[in-house]
Amino acid sequence: MEFFQRKRRNILPGFGLSMGYTVFYLSAIVIVPLSMIFFNTIPMGWEPFIHAVTAPRVLASYRLSFSTALFAALFDGGVGLLTAWVLVRYQFPGKQFLDALVDLPFALPTAVAGICFATLYSPVGWLGETLTKWNIEIINTPTGIVVALIFIGFPFVVRTIQPVLEEVEQEIEEAAQCLGATRWQTFRKILLPHLFPALLTGSTLAFARGIGEYGSVIFIAGNLPMKTEIAPLMIMAKLDQFDYAGASAVALVLLLISFSMLLLLNAVQEWQQKEYR
Amino acid sequence: MNLGWIKKITITASLIAASGLPGTIAEAAGTATLLNVSYDPTRELYQSENAAFIQHWQKQTGQTLRIDQSHGGSGKQARAIIDGLEADVVTLALAYDIDAISDSKLLPANWQTRLPNNSTPYTSTIVFVVRKGNPKHITTWDDIVKPGVSVITPNPKTSGGARWNYLAAWGYKQKQSGSAVQAKNFVKALYKNVPVLDTGARGSTMTFAQRGLGDVLLAWENEAHLILKEFGKDKFEIVSPAISILAEPPVAIVDKNVTKHGTRKLAEAYLNFLYTPQAQDIIARNSYRPRNAASLKKYAANFPKIKLFTLNEVFGNWRTAQKTHFNDGGVFDQIYLP
Repeated sequence: MEFFQRKRRNILPGFGLSMGYTVFYLSAIVIVPLSMIFFNTIPMGWEPFIHAVTAPRVLASYRLSFSTALFAALFDGGVGLLTAWVLVRYQFPGKQFLDALVDLPFALPTAVAGICFATLYSPVGWLGETLTKWNIEIINTPTGIVVALIFIGFPFVVRTIQPVLEEVEQEIEEAAQCLGATRWQTFRKILLPHLFPALLTGSTLAFARGIGEYGSVIFIAGNLPMKTEIAPLMIMAKLDQFDYAGASAVALVLLLISFSMLLLLNAVQEWQQKEYR
Repeated sequence: MNLGWIKKITITASLIAASGLPGTIAEAAGTATLLNVSYDPTRELYQSENAAFIQHWQKQTGQTLRIDQSHGGSGKQARAIIDGLEADVVTLALAYDIDAISDSKLLPANWQTRLPNNSTPYTSTIVFVVRKGNPKHITTWDDIVKPGVSVITPNPKTSGGARWNYLAAWGYKQKQSGSAVQAKNFVKALYKNVPVLDTGARGSTMTFAQRGLGDVLLAWENEAHLILKEFGKDKFEIVSPAISILAEPPVAIVDKNVTKHGTRKLAEAYLNFLYTPQAQDIIARNSYRPRNAASLKKYAANFPKIKLFTLNEVFGNWRTAQKTHFNDGGVFDQIYLP
């Protein structure tokens, strides 16, 4: 019933049509291709499926993929917020240039990024040479994976926060200040509640992207079994054994975990919005 | 290079077409295309072979020919063909990949018996590449498992070349000690020394040569020569072990596709051409070991005497080797488990 009432209240007509298109496109673009993963695993049967997705190497790769993506997303959240803040609130020469730089990780083939990192951090590389002297290892460790994922996820955070921040009027901050709020209070009580949904969305996107990232990570990870093998690599390895079903099984579990995490984060966001409005 | 000659041919072809008159000539003689789907390191080899064969074919039949090449990881290329890439011929890194194609009925299971020498017109082996002066004194297989030696080799799960490396090491130890248990321990010790497993042979080459990781790179002999050529003889040297594996990268016609394209005769002629003295010389010049004794002798300086054992001698056949060692739960997985 509520369904129809809503429709009547809307000024613009065409809910039926646009909803139809939405469902159709979502099916054609997302659901149908992804359902192939599901159908590929069905002939496997239950036991081989469980066996494939709970092999120690596969479990280790899940742990690695999710934890590195999480670290990278958290880091991106902080730095991305700061970058967006600088780009929105201040005027300075070269701002356009900086703004364009933010999008580069989007545009670059990720493999190129991977090669750049691997060269930069290698023991004879520009940065790697110094780091090796201090006994800090980046390349071929989980840290290296996080570095690559930070790069890949960065634009997501900046680009989701920017428009929201632009809408928060500076007068509000000034008003808070006049009413005696400290800087920290202004940030914590006035700005953050406004920005939090965008920050969460941006970080979630970065996180989701990080879980599936292959191209850039593969060059810097080292790919050692049980240590630095990411989940997408396990899928590729299974495909190279012509084990389509096994690859789909690993992919399916990855997909399910990712999807439930995204659902959960969406729920958090909704709850948070209710809290503050 | 590749694009260069394709362009030249298309330009010539379009010039002929544009001049208006020879439309009929082209039709009479016909033009044909052939798709050769191969693995990574053969790019340069097939550029030369194709140019030679195009000339040869034109002289023999008057037909203008275009040969398209596709290169990538051997397993990925096989999968592309299984998934519908219409290759007329496949020239891959190992027989197992072509076996997989035959499993999907694109060519008969006995494909490897259709051409001489197990359908491998050229062979290679696995050698060591070390940094100039050989600072870690690596000369034998036993040297690379010593503690403190860092070895670069790709992941056998994703790379055909890496599987040859692994099997060469295993075969060496098994032949030397006569024991599979010792061979397993040897391989385990070897991979303890490996700090990074790239997904493909080229990736490992870059890791070793450009990024300076590792003391020794396990590589195809042809790839080793390429490294010296690309990065300089003053930086690296090749060490040939006394014993290694005879790596046989096979070639085959994809029957279903050549029937569909009507290119069977052409494809057969192309693969047979690879066995001719002319083609064998090209093979040798590209640092692959030719089958033809005369060609091998001519370029003997490039190919030091190594005692080569075949895969079948030690492992039976590729399907068994794959299943025992590289499939999930196989020996390679086991040596990494704590």
